[in-house]
Amino acid sequence: MSDLKPLSFHVPAPAVRPGGAPDFRDVKIPPAGAVDRPPIDVAPEDIRDLAFEIIRVLNRDSEAVGPWAGLLSHEELLEGLRHMMTLRAFDARMQMAQRQGKTSFYMQHMGEEAVSCAFRKALSPGDMNFPTYRQAGLLIAGGYPMLDMMCQIYSNERDPLKGRQLPVMYSAREHGFFSISGNLATQFVQAVGWAMASAMKRDTKIAVGWIGDGSTAESDFHSALVFASTYKAPVVLNIVNNQWAISTFQGIARGGSGTFAARGLGFGIPALRVDGNDYLAVYAVAKWAIERARSNLGPTLIEYVTYRVGAHSTSDDPSAYRPKTESDNWPLGDPVLRLKNHLIREGAWSEERHTQAEAEILSTVIAIQKEAESHGTLHSGPHPSARDMFEGVYEEMPPHLRRQRQQGGV
Amino acid sequence: MPRRTMVEAIRDAMDVSMQRDDNVVVFGEDVGYFGGVFRCTQGLQRKFGSSRCFDAPISELGIVGTAVGMAAYGLRPCVEIQFADYMYPAYDQIVSEAARLRYRSAGQFTVPMVVRMPTGGGIFGGQTHSQSPEALFTHVSGLKTVVPSNPYDAKGLLIAAIEDNDPVIFLEPKRLYNGPFDGHHDKPVTPWARHALGEVPEGHYTVPLGKAVVRRPGTAVTVLAYGTMVYVSEAAAAETGIDAEIIDLRTLVPYDLDTIVASVRKTGRCVVVHEATLTSGFGAELSALVQETCFYHLEAPVMRVTGWDTPYPHAQEWDYFPGPDRVGRTLKAVMEA
Ligand SMILES: Cc1ncc(C[n+]2csc(CCOP(=O)(O)OP(=O)(O)O)c2C)c(N)n1
Ligand SMILES: [Mg+2]
Repeated sequence: MSDLKPLSFHVPAPAVRPGGAPDFRDVKIPPAGAVDRPPIDVAPEDIRDLAFEIIRVLNRDSEAVGPWAGLLSHEELLEGLRHMMTLRAFDARMQMAQRQGKTSFYMQHMGEEAVSCAFRKALSPGDMNFPTYRQAGLLIAGGYPMLDMMCQIYSNERDPLKGRQLPVMYSAREHGFFSISGNLATQFVQAVGWAMASAMKRDTKIAVGWIGDGSTAESDFHSALVFASTYKAPVVLNIVNNQWAISTFQGIARGGSGTFAARGLGFGIPALRVDGNDYLAVYAVAKWAIERARSNLGPTLIEYVTYRVGAHSTSDDPSAYRPKTESDNWPLGDPVLRLKNHLIREGAWSEERHTQAEAEILSTVIAIQKEAESHGTLHSGPHPSARDMFEGVYEEMPPHLRRQRQQGGV
Repeated sequence: MPRRTMVEAIRDAMDVSMQRDDNVVVFGEDVGYFGGVFRCTQGLQRKFGSSRCFDAPISELGIVGTAVGMAAYGLRPCVEIQFADYMYPAYDQIVSEAARLRYRSAGQFTVPMVVRMPTGGGIFGGQTHSQSPEALFTHVSGLKTVVPSNPYDAKGLLIAAIEDNDPVIFLEPKRLYNGPFDGHHDKPVTPWARHALGEVPEGHYTVPLGKAVVRRPGTAVTVLAYGTMVYVSEAAAAETGIDAEIIDLRTLVPYDLDTIVASVRKTGRCVVVHEATLTSGFGAELSALVQETCFYHLEAPVMRVTGWDTPYPHAQEWDYFPGPDRVGRTLKAVMEA
């Protein structure tokens, strides 16, 4: 008889489920200003600890503190606040439009606005993002017309993507926004390829890959790290850890690695964790990594620690898998509120001006929405024709497709 | 007999199988605590524990690859890919590994695994929630490919698939989860509770793999269909008044050639209908088989009605979807030939 104990099988589970009290005790949050800011040419092995910290700038008293602070003027911060508020208003209207049956589907950013809005401000024209569906802040902060976004969501006659894509799967080449795939993670590795191409052609543009916590489990993520590491590609690789992947808590994808940022360590890629709800911290870390890439110092992996406040999408109801009040207890707070309070504390903003700005932004968004709807919504008004459906599969329509189009009578 | 939705029938099949055999394990993305985005595994984790029904990381390769390892060891994994559109990362594991392990190891290792995936369109899911990739599986030797069209079959076929000793790809037409859908998207959905095939017996039963069934007997033309297209074809027959014999294939590979041949030799005409794109679709195989086996009985060319050879669009869903009008037109053309 063997005296070996039977093996056991481990399935990670979140600390609480519906009915329980939210508990974020395992999210270790260092005080703002506590993490060093290394020079950009630091050796990756000298900053391995940054993969387990959280770089933060805004403290509990709404002050900007520490070595990562001081990069943005009040004007720039006010612009950032406006971008986040615009994204939030846009989300609210589009979410409602979906509920009203004007489109099939929507995905919002609630709680994660700082990540894409602040990152966009650190980029230069010509840099290319490979975003997921939760980075519309890249478009809003990059000055992409909101009307085009709405027309895409409505799949109407003015949709720049001709009704071909699911709502929010934008594409805007001129705005450094690569066509979003519905297949998770596929684009993380493409960002590396784009960056390699830029380097091969001795260009000065960099690329940025984006991925969610859950999607880091895909092999594409790991392939991206290998290629980025091997070729020292001028790329910034962003992991948005919003704690959830639909109903699956981040521990399922993270496994035993401690943090998502730590995934970079085995590849010798500098890996940083940042407070994703802190506009100033996101900007500072983005700037650091972008400068590294542009200085031929190679890739950086960044984990943004944030929280998905809303449902995964309009098809999802999170009350089935997490406590309803979990988002209220998220220890890193709300990105809009935190930047607002900082600007008020700095004397650059006030409650009144905030309320006024909110109303202004909302009415602008509503006006654009009206205009978008005048071009049709998914189920009513003008929309891309059946004939359009056959276009663009190939550069030139081959005979078999031409024949099918004829059979379709369009 | 209780009426069930297709989701409930599928869940019941896994429940019954897990109860009968400890080796049956179920996992996939959002499959454990939540019970799957279509709720097909709801309650299984609570009932059987998290080592028999659990959430997987978002890695289709990982899901199928580990399932191959488990199956080779002796378990019977029944895994879920959230949408068939997301199976591509797993394709190498399916094609190069699961499908060939029995053959290449001379039977030392086998893969009694089921890979379930929602398939097909009709839900405004755009190009990544609407695809019908069955031909990518039927082309691979060593795989079985099943497409149920109703709750009764779904349960019986899934139990049979789990008990089968070869890898089975189990494609669930998501537009049928809550009721039969005949392509008339502007009409209210008929729930399964009001359909005879929504009657699902309790407990264990199987519907054998490899057996087709005649859904509507007829004399004028044979329609070969599966999944959602069974109902679209029924609507087309009713609306054109053409006395079509509609065959629901249920299993694509191994296919039930006897049922097909008997029908086509009787009717002398054949139309093949599927949602997937035309070129190199499973319809091409069916059409070739009919031509090879029934040539001297045919009074008209075998015709296909399928999705167009484009990615699945969003705005033009109903221009893309081969609905009853398109099927009806082809039925008439074949009758007039
Ligand atoms: C290859 C692939 N598998 C599965 C899905 C279905 N799916 C869509 S979003 C999602 C969760 C993604 O979670 P995460 O990466 O954390 O991003 P988040 O939604 O939280 O921003 C899943 C499983 C998909 N779109 N693509
Ligand atoms: Mg996530």
